[in-house]
Amino acid sequence: MPQVFHRSSNTLARLSIVTGAALLVSTVLIGSNLSRSPYVTQVGAPVDQPVPFSHKHHVKELGIDCRYCHSTVENSAVASVPPTHTCMSCHSQVWTNSPLLEPIRQSYLNGTPVQWNKVYDLPDFVYFNHSIHVQKGIGCNTCHGPIHEMNITYKAQPLSMSWCLDCHRQPEKYIRPREEVFNVNYQPPANQLELGAKLVKQYNIQKGQLTDCSICHR
Amino acid sequence: MSHSSRSLRRLAVLTTATLALAILAGCHTDMWHQPKFKAQSANPFFPDGKTDRPLVANTVPVGYLRDNEAYYTGKVANKPVAQMPMPVTRELLQRGQERYNVFCEPCHGKVGDGQGMIAQRGLALRRPPATFHTDRLRGMPVGYFYDVITNGFGVMYSYASRIPPEDRWAIAAYVRVLQLSQYAQTSELTPDDLRKLQESMNATTSTESKP
Repeated sequence: MPQVFHRSSNTLARLSIVTGAALLVSTVLIGSNLSRSPYVTQVGAPVDQPVPFSHKHHVKELGIDCRYCHSTVENSAVASVPPTHTCMSCHSQVWTNSPLLEPIRQSYLNGTPVQWNKVYDLPDFVYFNHSIHVQKGIGCNTCHGPIHEMNITYKAQPLSMSWCLDCHRQPEKYIRPREEVFNVNYQPPANQLELGAKLVKQYNIQKGQLTDCSICHR
Repeated sequence: MSHSSRSLRRLAVLTTATLALAILAGCHTDMWHQPKFKAQSANPFFPDGKTDRPLVANTVPVGYLRDNEAYYTGKVANKPVAQMPMPVTRELLQRGQERYNVFCEPCHGKVGDGQGMIAQRGLALRRPPATFHTDRLRGMPVGYFYDVITNGFGVMYSYASRIPPEDRWAIAAYVRVLQLSQYAQTSELTPDDLRKLQESMNATTSTESKP
């Protein structure tokens, strides 16, 4: 009776075990890395807008405070995309003929909102409140990155749960004095952890609660 | 086929199906984008397309009753009031300074001379931002500044939606500080302030005299 399997079957069998294991490991590795990559998180990808608004021009070059436009950020969950009225409080006087600003003028004339595209879009099952972060010394840049250098606004952080938890577990790594929250040029001091721990205590931040599920999922 | 091998195969099929279902379930996003509307989102339900609804006519939201004319309009019988409605404290002035630097400084400048960044951009403004250091504005009662912040003036838009009443008063008080800072009589200064003034003038002269 001839042999059922050819001699090469031994090699093939061994090879398939190794290949199978490698395939499994690489699938997991590729999957986990891909889900963190900018390709999926969109970090650093400028978002098209109806008007090419430049934070660099308004914040860095003109020195306008964040709150001039995002006026509810200290008291409300949302920082607020400014209403057209805010744009027009300057642009009824400056750049009045610019074609780039035509959608703003039309919006003001017709009372229809400008449909800005969301850059920081949290999942709907996440509760986020700007005011508490501002009041407890989390600077705008900590989440919004070098916003004063952005010609077209892009997402600077992945907004993944691990990213949120990084700060909620150790707020002393990122916290700054309240009066520096809106300072886009703020540089953390060399003794950040030491100062941070002091501020966490001073601002009465209950670190134990910050990782409760219901802090963000409510 | 034996009974045990059949049940084994059934188990394998079930396990695979459950695993596949679990993996596929991770891909759905209906919890990411729930059928609910958040602040400032678009909304096809209303004709204006906005989720944020305007106030119903003839209603007053809780906390928005404006029953004190002097406090909420800065005027009594259409005349600007001359008295601040609250005690002027250091905290109030510091609050006013902070708010002034957020909302007013871009046009009126750090010291209120109308030389803010917008004025400096070299654009031909039909009406340049006002300086506070004129006899007319020094003579205006403090309620006047409150009224201008509330209702705008000339080409200046209303800031009522961005600055709540208590902050408008704080800013009005700070405008007074700025006016005094540019128009103080030397006779009103303390000896210490006079000395500092003299020192800074000397410093300016010496830097200017350098080649």
